[in-house]
Amino acid sequence: MQSTNHSSTAQATTVLEARNVNIYYGSFLAVKQINLDVFQNKITAFIGPSGCGKSTLLRAFNRLNDLVLGARVEGVIDYKGRNLYAPSIDPVEVRRQIGMVFQKPNPFPKSIYENIAFGARINGYQGDMDALVEQSLQKAALWNEVKDKLRESGLSLSGGQQQRLCIARAVAVQPDVILMDEPCSALDPISTLRIEELMQDLKEQYTIVIVTHNMQQASRVSDLTAFFNADASEGGKRSGYLVEYDRTEAIFSAPKQTSTQEYVSGRFG
Amino acid sequence: MANLSPANPSSASQGNYRPNTKTRENTGKIFRTACAIALGAGLFVLALLLVDVFQDGFLRMLQPGFFTDNASRFAERAGLRTALLGSIWLLVLLLLISVPIGVGAAVYLEEYASKNRLSQFIEINIANLAGVPSIVYGLLGLGIFNELFRLGPVLLSGALTLSLLVLPLIIVASREAIRAVPLSLRQASYGLGATKWQTVSNHVLPYAIPGIVTGVIISVSRAVGETAPLIVVGAVGYLTANPGVLRRFSALPIQIYDWISRPQADFTNTAAAGIIVLLVLLFVMNGTAIYIRNRFSTFR
Repeated sequence: MQSTNHSSTAQATTVLEARNVNIYYGSFLAVKQINLDVFQNKITAFIGPSGCGKSTLLRAFNRLNDLVLGARVEGVIDYKGRNLYAPSIDPVEVRRQIGMVFQKPNPFPKSIYENIAFGARINGYQGDMDALVEQSLQKAALWNEVKDKLRESGLSLSGGQQQRLCIARAVAVQPDVILMDEPCSALDPISTLRIEELMQDLKEQYTIVIVTHNMQQASRVSDLTAFFNADASEGGKRSGYLVEYDRTEAIFSAPKQTSTQEYVSGRFG
Repeated sequence: MANLSPANPSSASQGNYRPNTKTRENTGKIFRTACAIALGAGLFVLALLLVDVFQDGFLRMLQPGFFTDNASRFAERAGLRTALLGSIWLLVLLLLISVPIGVGAAVYLEEYASKNRLSQFIEINIANLAGVPSIVYGLLGLGIFNELFRLGPVLLSGALTLSLLVLPLIIVASREAIRAVPLSLRQASYGLGATKWQTVSNHVLPYAIPGIVTGVIISVSRAVGETAPLIVVGAVGYLTANPGVLRRFSALPIQIYDWISRPQADFTNTAAAGIIVLLVLLFVMNGTAIYIRNRFSTFR
């Protein structure tokens, strides 16, 4: 194991802080000994081969793993100094502040308008709903394409539009952090590019953590990159761990670990 | 390696492969014909039944008074008013009793119950109950509602007995429908900070409604056509007073059974007319199921 290096970002504010995090599914240790900080208004990318626990860790940040039977988190994940896994914390409140965009676009089978309004309504939004819908769709760069068909099904949109709708939906509840789990892996290159541009706009207001299999994407969009790998453990299953965490340029041009070097240069993974 | 040259694909140059395209295509054709015959056989028997019933009963059904007359020992004066009213009463009570209980139980089992040995045991037993013969439910209803609760042979007792019959079916169908709701939909909802109740009421149930409604209507149509359990709890085939919740009752299948078992030849036509009414009722119910299913899936 190695120490994480974030000296270069010392002046940024830490939003999420993982200390000695182990995540289990039943008795299987999926991710071990993670120490990592996520900084405000930065885009942090998680890269690494399949099965190295990137998504598992991402889902631990907004307690979405609670929905998986037998999932268990050890160690401490602090969000602005409060342990997310303390008994007094309500996961429902966590998920409003730490939103999520999923791998496959998953709009609700309802109208575009309802897709945005739902999150606001369940969280007791008292303001002007029409304004919020417009504002959220504008933030997701989707307003111009859908403003004349807000009553149509969210599922009538193209894949890329659906994913931007999901981003608009996440933005509508005014979160602090947006977690993105391979948000472009089901999209074509043009839609991917649009979402990447969008992320650059969004980071002005939000902190973003993105899991991606696409190394070019990580190098294009992120400020910091964490490389994860997995070792064979007992029973043939593999436990993921953090290999190296640094500024994205450092990870891609001058990685300190050999395995990072091999991964980013495409020699394995 | 055999000869790989693609110069003449139809020659013996295909090495270990014998494509036999003709034979494979023919196998497909034989299978297709067999399936068509299976469908034809079903439709033929159904058509035969319909023709036979309509020949015997259609004119009788159109005769004045058939829907408004009470039971009579004269075939030409016998009407199915009490039976039809009884069936409608049963249907309404059945829906009111079994849908909330059945769907509620399914939601609890799928969404709230922890997955352990007890819930597995309950699950298996509900599935088994769905296969219990209806006469057994009739005897159960007789013991519990008629005797233990002292309701006697009244309509409410019949409706409760039919509810016992359809509950396992509704629970199984509703669970299937709820289980078919994609995980991604739930995650999307939870990811926005929705509580379990908000997720279930806004997303899971609306998504599952077409499946639940289909299950409900199919099981309820089965119950409306049931005769055996109603005979056991005391439905009668000769009733001259309007049924009420706590009064003696009749029902369409009971009435048909009563007419069929009478020796006079004229009652055959009366019974056939009753069968047409029962078929139309079931047809309307299934049509309603299809309508609701389509209406709720507009946004799919």
